[in-house]
Amino acid sequence: MSYPNNFKYTKEHEWVLIEGDNGTIGITEHAQSELGDIVFVDLPKVGAAITKGSTFGSVESVKAVSDIYAPVSGEVVEINEALGGAPEKLNSDPHGTAWLIKVKLAKPDEIGTLLSAADYEKHLG
Amino acid sequence: MRKTARDKANVTLKLTHEPMSDTADLKRTPLFETHLASKAKMVDFGGWNMPVQYSSIIEEHSAVRNAVGLFDVSHMGEIEVRGPQALELVNYIATNNAAKLKPWQAQYSALLYEHGGTVDDILVHRLPNGDMFLCVNASNQEKDFDHIKAAVSGKKFDAEVELASSRYAQIAVQGPKGLATLQKLTATNLSEIKYYWFTDGAVSNTPARIARTGYTGEDGFEIYIAPGEAPRLWKELLKAGEEFGIKQCGLGARNTLRLEAGMALYGHELTASINPLEANLGWIVKMDKGDFVGRAALEKAQNGGLSRMLAGFEMKDRGIGRDGYEVWVDGKTAGWVTSGGPSPTLNKNIGLCYLPTAKAQPGQPIHVIIRNSPVEAITTPTPFYKRAKA
Repeated sequence: MSYPNNFKYTKEHEWVLIEGDNGTIGITEHAQSELGDIVFVDLPKVGAAITKGSTFGSVESVKAVSDIYAPVSGEVVEINEALGGAPEKLNSDPHGTAWLIKVKLAKPDEIGTLLSAADYEKHLG
Repeated sequence: MRKTARDKANVTLKLTHEPMSDTADLKRTPLFETHLASKAKMVDFGGWNMPVQYSSIIEEHSAVRNAVGLFDVSHMGEIEVRGPQALELVNYIATNNAAKLKPWQAQYSALLYEHGGTVDDILVHRLPNGDMFLCVNASNQEKDFDHIKAAVSGKKFDAEVELASSRYAQIAVQGPKGLATLQKLTATNLSEIKYYWFTDGAVSNTPARIARTGYTGEDGFEIYIAPGEAPRLWKELLKAGEEFGIKQCGLGARNTLRLEAGMALYGHELTASINPLEANLGWIVKMDKGDFVGRAALEKAQNGGLSRMLAGFEMKDRGIGRDGYEVWVDGKTAGWVTSGGPSPTLNKNIGLCYLPTAKAQPGQPIHVIIRNSPVEAITTPTPFYKRAKA
């Protein structure tokens, strides 16, 4: 299992990739593996505000529902529409094509509180 | 990402792989080490440390629908009732009529409280010497045993009751290729065992009780063997089923399979406050067979009219109705989901729910409350899935 070094992570198993003022958010490989077959993704609408540490959507596997927590605060500028028809992509490519949402960062200094790839892997044990 | 609070009602969801202290108290089946070696994901299922999945619930589910799957169901309990009046005793504590059973025949039945609520749903097997062999739910076994002992105390049945679970491991071989798989390991002609019949024989040279029963909606067998033989037999069954694409299956697939087949799960469709008539199990309640524990309460419930009934539903709009979610009819709270989730075979989101009797007929528009929003669904006939008869 490899965790990209250019991502930041949360203990709740989300990742965010910061590019300028924008962040792309997804769930980690560990999260998809724990959930098993993902069958449903519920995401906010473009324009919605998300707040670091608060839930902004959910991912459902055959057995379980999991809330997704915002790693950063911001305004949703894009959602990954492809996941609606193909939620199983979250199992096969959680760090790539199966990103969830893109946000315009509201508080760029929040990034400092997130985990590096090495810290996240340490957290996983 | 975090499991949401509403999942707490569903015992199969709690992942138990993390702190050892949490899992050390859990009971283990004789196949525990085998599951760990297979890298199964283990969960706390009613106090048992059980595999919820090995590879993927959807893959395991379709292996059972299309080929064959292997389940460790050793956590299930076995209660033996032995003696000249074993039949009379069982007929007094269970709802179905065991007197209708021929030797080597089995039936689905239920244990009730005097107030009519359900203690457990069980399988009753009749042996040729008149003894009765009961298969009961894992986490109910001590409760069932105590209930039976209390119910018959002072009744003077000439029979003894023993909680015999420690003498048995149980493996389910389920799916259209279940017979061909198991047949390689036994001299018993399996095609001669009809559905819900059983026999005593041998599987891979170890004594086995072989029953053509299951909890998946497919053809298949449940075999009862000595616990020490389970790991060897598991390996041999996997080898025997290899050519058919056999898969080890966990409780996740067991749940989606039984839900599609419309079968009740104790703690969900049946509880101490739900009687079997409400759960559409009137067919296992034989009011004319003589007295049994709970009969008077059921008669009263029947005469008064049942206030609620179990109904199947499928989601019409986006969303998955899950266990414990509220159900609305005409904008008002009317019931709750007992089991719900995606149906891998039908590719729909399905479930079972309790509704007021007048609203429990198929075709009733309902709303399931998902994340505080009402989502459209409609009641349907059950079972959702029925296998084609061979």
